[in-house]
Amino acid sequence: MNKYKTAAAEDHAEPIDFLPDDFILKNDTESLRLDSGFVLQNYWQDVAKRFLSKKSAVISLVLILFIAAFAVIGPGMNAYSFSDQNLTQKNFAPRIPGLEQLGIFNGDEIISTTTGSKLVNGYRNSGLNSVYYWFGSDTLGRDIWTRVWEGTRISLSIAIAAAVIDMIFGMSYGLISGYFGGKTDSIMQRFAEIVNGIPRLIIVTLLLLILKPGFATIVLALMITEWIGMSRIARAEMLKLKEQEFVLASRTLGAGSFRIIFREILPNIIGQIITQLMFSIPTAIFTEAFLSFVGLGIPVPMCSLGSLISDSFNSFTTHPYQIVPPLIVLAVLMLCFNILADGLREAFDPKLKEM
Amino acid sequence: MKHYIAKRVLISVFTLLAITLVLFILLQLMPGSPFNDEKLTETQHAALNAKYGLDQPIIIQFGKYVVNLLKGDFGVSYTISKNTPISQLIQNRLLISIKVGGTAVGIGALIGLILGIAAAINHNTFWDSLCTFISVLGVSIPSYVFALALSYTLGFKLSWLPMLYSAKTPFTSSVMPSIALSMFTLASIARFTRTEMLEVLNSDYMRLAESKGITGATLIIRHALRNALIPIITVLAPLIVDLMTGSLVIEKIFSIPGVGSLLVTAIQSNDYNVVIALSFIYSAMYIGIMLAVDILYGIIDPRIRLAKEA
Repeated sequence: MNKYKTAAAEDHAEPIDFLPDDFILKNDTESLRLDSGFVLQNYWQDVAKRFLSKKSAVISLVLILFIAAFAVIGPGMNAYSFSDQNLTQKNFAPRIPGLEQLGIFNGDEIISTTTGSKLVNGYRNSGLNSVYYWFGSDTLGRDIWTRVWEGTRISLSIAIAAAVIDMIFGMSYGLISGYFGGKTDSIMQRFAEIVNGIPRLIIVTLLLLILKPGFATIVLALMITEWIGMSRIARAEMLKLKEQEFVLASRTLGAGSFRIIFREILPNIIGQIITQLMFSIPTAIFTEAFLSFVGLGIPVPMCSLGSLISDSFNSFTTHPYQIVPPLIVLAVLMLCFNILADGLREAFDPKLKEM
Repeated sequence: MKHYIAKRVLISVFTLLAITLVLFILLQLMPGSPFNDEKLTETQHAALNAKYGLDQPIIIQFGKYVVNLLKGDFGVSYTISKNTPISQLIQNRLLISIKVGGTAVGIGALIGLILGIAAAINHNTFWDSLCTFISVLGVSIPSYVFALALSYTLGFKLSWLPMLYSAKTPFTSSVMPSIALSMFTLASIARFTRTEMLEVLNSDYMRLAESKGITGATLIIRHALRNALIPIITVLAPLIVDLMTGSLVIEKIFSIPGVGSLLVTAIQSNDYNVVIALSFIYSAMYIGIMLAVDILYGIIDPRIRLAKEA
């Protein structure tokens, strides 16, 4: 035991005995995480590891994939189609086989009016014992389950299409502007500044007044306004990278501007681009939903999450089950995409300050 | 500084002009005509066109248009309320919208600041996680989801607050719309304040202030918050703008007679003049706010002022 004596303890009569649990790790996960990067592994493994360590982001990704899977298979899971109307079976509350035995989702709904509330069961009243609307039926007797997933499919497709086109255009714009610099940069930036000065919902709204609302036009309208953010990020990254030696080396070897921009620099900033892409998807979903609410959304009988919400808005106090499914899917999607993008940002650039 | 302001003003004016041009071109491209009555004959059409100056060359129409805009004359409404000057239509509505929007910004900024500061001081604790959770929720979930949820629970089920706006009880009936609108502002401010405060709290001058014996509220408010506030001002501007667009849907949900619901009605009834006029007002406000913030930012933060001059 004596060899553990410290110099200070020597003056005292009592020697200090160290116990095994005298020193424990601080368990500072934040700094441990940063330190763990010293193991030699390639960039993508590194990113994947950091991403997987962020639980909330992984859960979000799983939820998004789950919703996307339902958007693909959901409409085909029962016999109804998203546009079939059955006016004799309108406003039926949700009824799910199996669960109805437990007293929930058995088609009962309580309708409250000014004179009081009463229990209504559309299935029993019409004597339809073998009919099941899992999420209920809407005011025109369409199956809400099918429509919600069909709407999710369209909303997601619009958002992803718009975000990808945005990415390609905004990225190229920013990279070119940053790479050439000087007068080119100045003109391109002034132009972007002016476009950015126009409130985007105004421009989207006006554009859709002229063009007939439809899948392609909504994507176009979303695209026109959303590329600025992407171009800014691409330009900033380009300014950071273009003076570096590998660019000079490439140029010395005779590479042209096009090659340097898209083959040398682009791979270095792909992380930031993907992050921004993920952030622009919820924005696009939101804008599309907004357009539907204003009456400029996807035309009937097609539906999107936004149009489902705005259609069932008028009766949301009497038949709340009609508005709840699209509202929840929309909210969960937007939340998950935001958390996922946050997680990706941290995974790609751990030194970045938290936002 | 003068050079900087002049440049900002010039860009803003140019942007506004560009918007006016775009709006005007869009107006020309609008499908159909404002006079959709099928009973109108050719000659009556021509007479109407002549009355509203729609038969003149486009360039003259544009010139007239800009001059009229500058005078605050937006023309008359075609369909919503026939022949009423739009400026008159807008006047009262603008006030209501600004009141609801202003309350929302106020609530959002105040609570957001408090949440952000609380989270930064209690970094990596339960409060911090709670604040992060609220801000992620607020940033990602659209304001009308909050609006519908509030309206259903507080308004319909519990009947604590009126579900629709009424001019007789402007205060109680604008509580829910203001809260729903403020969520996004609140969340963004909380998020941003937290980040900025964390950075400031870890800075050397805070350690110095602390070692001089300054504690508690003085330390946080006087030394930390002041420095953290500067970048927060920049996010406030785009937030106010988001609020203006958010108000379109919120006003529809709560039937608030503001400019937002007017714009929605105008879009749905193809009243182009009103749409264009409101778009112009929205854009002008947007540009004005952006300009004000840019200049304010330059004045507040000497580092920016010096950098811009150099």
